[in-house]
Amino acid sequence: MSKKLIFFLVLVLLTGAFCTAAFAQKTVTVLGTWGGAERDAFMKMLEPFEAATGIKVEFTGTRDLPTILTTRVAAGNPPDVSAIPNPGQMQEFAEVGALVDLSEFMDIGKLQDEYSQTWIDLGSYGGKLYSIFISADLKSLVWYNIEAFASAGYQIPETWDELMTLSDKMVAQGKTPWSIGLESGAASGWPGTDWIEDIMLRIAKPEVYDKWASHEISWTDSAVKRAWEIFGDIARSDKYVYGGAATALTTNFGDAPGVLFTSPPRAYMHKQATFIKSFILNYDPTLKPGEDFSFFPFPSIDPEYGTPALGGADMFAVFNNTPEAQAFMRYLATAGAQEIWIVQLGKLSTNRRVNPNVYPDDLTRKAAEILASAQTFRFDGSDLMPAAVGSGSFWSGILDYVGGEDLDSVLKRIEETAVDAYKK
Amino acid sequence: MWPPEVATNPFPVHRKIKMYTKKSTPWLYLAPALTLLGFFLVYPSFHTLYLSFFDKGSNAFVGAGNYIYAFTNRVMLTAFRNNALWVVVFSAITVFLGLVLAVLLDRVRYEVIIKSIIFMPMAISFVGASVIWKFVYAFRPAGAPQIGTLNALLQRFHLPPVAWLIERPWVNNLCLILVGVWVWTGFCLVVLSASYKSIPRQLLEAARVDGASEWRIFWRVILPLLVPTVTVLTTTMAVFVLKVFDIIYVMTNGNFGTEVIANRMYKEMFQFGNFGRSSAIAVVLLVLVLPMMFLNMHRFKREEK
Repeated sequence: MSKKLIFFLVLVLLTGAFCTAAFAQKTVTVLGTWGGAERDAFMKMLEPFEAATGIKVEFTGTRDLPTILTTRVAAGNPPDVSAIPNPGQMQEFAEVGALVDLSEFMDIGKLQDEYSQTWIDLGSYGGKLYSIFISADLKSLVWYNIEAFASAGYQIPETWDELMTLSDKMVAQGKTPWSIGLESGAASGWPGTDWIEDIMLRIAKPEVYDKWASHEISWTDSAVKRAWEIFGDIARSDKYVYGGAATALTTNFGDAPGVLFTSPPRAYMHKQATFIKSFILNYDPTLKPGEDFSFFPFPSIDPEYGTPALGGADMFAVFNNTPEAQAFMRYLATAGAQEIWIVQLGKLSTNRRVNPNVYPDDLTRKAAEILASAQTFRFDGSDLMPAAVGSGSFWSGILDYVGGEDLDSVLKRIEETAVDAYKK
Repeated sequence: MWPPEVATNPFPVHRKIKMYTKKSTPWLYLAPALTLLGFFLVYPSFHTLYLSFFDKGSNAFVGAGNYIYAFTNRVMLTAFRNNALWVVVFSAITVFLGLVLAVLLDRVRYEVIIKSIIFMPMAISFVGASVIWKFVYAFRPAGAPQIGTLNALLQRFHLPPVAWLIERPWVNNLCLILVGVWVWTGFCLVVLSASYKSIPRQLLEAARVDGASEWRIFWRVILPLLVPTVTVLTTTMAVFVLKVFDIIYVMTNGNFGTEVIANRMYKEMFQFGNFGRSSAIAVVLLVLVLPMMFLNMHRFKREEK
């Protein structure tokens, strides 16, 4: 090759490098699960950050977050900042050293001031804070059609006995109390796990729940078994559930509340998290939250354990310790950022500084109060378990049990996978 | 031989052309293909085999542990049963329907149109077909308006609705296989039809002149001539269906006793992050496919001779 040509090539390369360096914008790559309305809300939250810092946020939304994130981390190419599917996965990443300790660049004292200890603990591993929460969903809710309840003269049940008495009354009147939908594509079965978790919190101490989630007690333990039986008494009964087990197994979780609003209602109650509001409004946009439909807390079973709150939450962690990622994380932790996000979606705040007035309606405010005032709060247990159990045998176990399989063999099978999955 | 070779050959035999042929020349031509195959097929296969002897995170050697899991786990056993069911039922029905339709449609005036219609589902991805059939099988309780085609039909005749994808173990598996049959029958039809049309008509006419019934002609003349095509097609279908994944993943995700090997492999890998087990399952699947591949290759070689 001639010297001239080499010189020319080097010149081109240098010019190219110079141009990229001069015009490169500072960016932070962010991975999350959101699409549709959630994505729009997230983008809206990013606007003030981009405007103020000049840092461009490159957001990728995928419903397959656990897979994509695990693969990218394993490949050594993680996003700078990412949403984390659940605390269990956060711990796994922290354990292999994939996460950045937030105390390196954030004011921990300020965070402790703004977040309750529950959230700090859920975001920590091995004494270090690795992730922050931007919003939460409350799961321990039973949704109902206000008008249907009023015209039939039904009272809101406050205890489990009242709930069952009400259910029996409906059955005696030839009505069906519950609508259940367990179908959710590749995640089918998860709505049932929420039932089990909520019941567990109501029949045993929170410590028992924690032990169950971390597999210090067996799936064949009497408390776990009792929770499944209480769930089964409702879910496996043709008279309590609209269409019986076959309908519960084939109905998509998002379609399930629809039958509360048919005329006459085909069912009267539906247990689901705060997010189901958007599905109800999607089913019938003329319905008004708080006027046409509302919720009551999933009632207490054993008075000793009160009415605990079960929830999920959106958490973020840093994988690449760049100045841009640090700035973005500091921004996400502020009440101002979270208010934008919460307002759009009707999610609940985890940050004490968030102004309750920003909630879109009284219903959301009510859910936020339940969450804030709950004496016991626990994170969705299946999200804390290893995937082979929490999004594997627990899900399929729910389907098998509701489908009519014997409880002991279902629990024995989950226990077998758990013994195997919790092994280090 | 006619026409005589000399007349057509522009290079008379006696004028030998000197060519640069070394022993390495063929390898040079093969190199690009071999490199690509080696990198994208051979290397990953052996790496998968290697990983299958290690634990979840590919750190500790576990010997045959993952294989013991693959052959003893309850869900895996269901998957083996279902894959066997798929291979037998799916291959049999697609090839049988393809054969019957190929012979019968040959006698119909609108053959091309009907063949196009039957072939059309091939243009739809398995995922698309599964979504379509999910609507066909949709279930609503008795009394509610049925939105699924099949249950709407049942309702029309005042029969109770059936939860097609829940009824285990036979109804739901057969319903899933039907989706595959719907997609692939057209392919079998087209291949067999081409093969059928290449049978010299004189043979059939001769048989007719000899007074053979159409039924007898089918069994004694047509079928023996189609056997090579039927065999290749059946093995191809069987190999293909051993790897069936999309239909199961979209429609039931292996719940209600419909699990198949490939879906289990996906779950172990991408949902549970268990590299060892999913590699072991992949190796088992590969080993299951191999005999049929060899059978096909053996046939091809014989036919070339």
